[in-house]
Amino acid sequence: MYSEKVIDHFTNPRNVGEIENASGIGTVGNAKCGDIMRMYLDIDEQGVIKDVKFKTFGCGAAVATSSMATELVKGKTVQEALTVTNKAVMEALDGLPPVKVHCSLLAEEAIHAALWDYAEKSHIVIKGLEKPSDDIAEIVGDEEY
Amino acid sequence: MDRIIYLDNAATTQVSEAVLNEMLPFFRQTYSNPSAIYSFAEESKKAIDKARTQAAQLIGAKPEEIYFTGGGSESDNWALKAAVEAYSEKGKHIITSKIEHHAILHTCSYLEKLGCEITYLDVDENGKISLDELRNAIRPDTILITIMTANNEIGTIEPIAEIGKIAHENGILFHTDAVQAYGHIPIHVDRMQIDMLSASGHKFNAPKGVGILYIRKGVKIRSFIHGGSQERNRRAGTSNVPSIVGLGKAAQIMEETMAERIQQETEIRDHLMKRVLSEIPYTRLNGHPTDRLPNNVNFCFQFIEGESLLILLDQIGVCASSGSACTSNSLDPSHVLLAIGLPHEIAHGSLRLTLSEETTLAEIDFVVDELKKIIERLRNMSPLYEDFIKNQKRG
Repeated sequence: MYSEKVIDHFTNPRNVGEIENASGIGTVGNAKCGDIMRMYLDIDEQGVIKDVKFKTFGCGAAVATSSMATELVKGKTVQEALTVTNKAVMEALDGLPPVKVHCSLLAEEAIHAALWDYAEKSHIVIKGLEKPSDDIAEIVGDEEY
Repeated sequence: MDRIIYLDNAATTQVSEAVLNEMLPFFRQTYSNPSAIYSFAEESKKAIDKARTQAAQLIGAKPEEIYFTGGGSESDNWALKAAVEAYSEKGKHIITSKIEHHAILHTCSYLEKLGCEITYLDVDENGKISLDELRNAIRPDTILITIMTANNEIGTIEPIAEIGKIAHENGILFHTDAVQAYGHIPIHVDRMQIDMLSASGHKFNAPKGVGILYIRKGVKIRSFIHGGSQERNRRAGTSNVPSIVGLGKAAQIMEETMAERIQQETEIRDHLMKRVLSEIPYTRLNGHPTDRLPNNVNFCFQFIEGESLLILLDQIGVCASSGSACTSNSLDPSHVLLAIGLPHEIAHGSLRLTLSEETTLAEIDFVVDELKKIIERLRNMSPLYEDFIKNQKRG
């Protein structure tokens, strides 16, 4: 069901943990749907993401997309991090099963939420960043009988 | 993988060696169509009769009350749809429960679209229906009560004899989905006043794709599959001889070994429950603590999600299942766990382990030791656990 990369990032997730006094923290998803992601960013004066950590409650794909998303934004500038889309996360993981695509959307949202928190805390405006919703729309197939 | 610890016997079981050996001659030697007239067909015919007797004996039924089907789902579909057809003059109301298998629930949804009215009984925190609620739900136009013997997810055993009594006092037909219970716990169709019962071969060491529907003599249920005159004109289609033979043999073995199995499985089950509940914090047992299938345990581990747990168990060769949304194709966790009152976030962290007669204490101890590590690892990754610990420190 999962690619080798997904399994690798799930069983050996990169950047798990917390950052004390993080520049920005974003939490997205809800426990009702079974996925919550929290992302911590440490951003320097030049706007470069020096460190990133995450914690995730969710399935294998949720953990793997969080892990991959942290890898993709680490070392990038804030503006570059904004271009990390859910598609980029999925491609880097060699794809996800259709029912798990929402996990990659959640990872993108988590980055945006953490960047939004950073922008608010440091009183700056990040061009192209919109206030993230704290919930992800449910993507459910039609039930058939 | 070096070895597999298979703890998903509620999903399916291994065909036992004795069952397989009984089946094998019916593929290449005695392959005749039992409906044929020549003497070569006689042996197949006899084998089916024997299997029918074996399947009947296990539940105190008469052989002619056993109909072989393609499995549990077919039996459930047949019982419900044919009952609605046969009793349409009396009414169109059916009583069932919220924790039935989808073979019942989705058939009920289908029947609702055809104009039936269905009452879905609630269950308590242990998964038991209330007999008072059942009595109150009965209407003059109630034609059928269908309540499962034991639940497939949480293992809770329903008060079948009492339900049968209530059904018959009110002149209502009683069907039970016994797919998880048949062969695993004692069932007696007369003492429990069961009119129809579904069972499935692959849940008790017979092959997949064969099941039974018990129909009490005198119950007017028509054919579901139309065609030839097999199964006394009630279920057409050339008899699946090897599988039917396998089901019969498996039923016989279950009957002979039931007492011993129940004792052995209960002992291991209780050891597993005791260790997990005492050694892993923030864990709850789902289902009735004692009135449950001897081979079923179901836990919820707070702050973690079931699918990730299953993947990590899989990596050490342990096969298990979960009622988490992520193990299905929807975002909702198991309807059974929601029906016993669990909030979504707790229901997502469920784990079902179902034993077989071959499960050993050593295997269970290995699984519990590993489970402790896996759950700690997942909790350390969980933002819910982080919040919980921080709140505790503040609090």
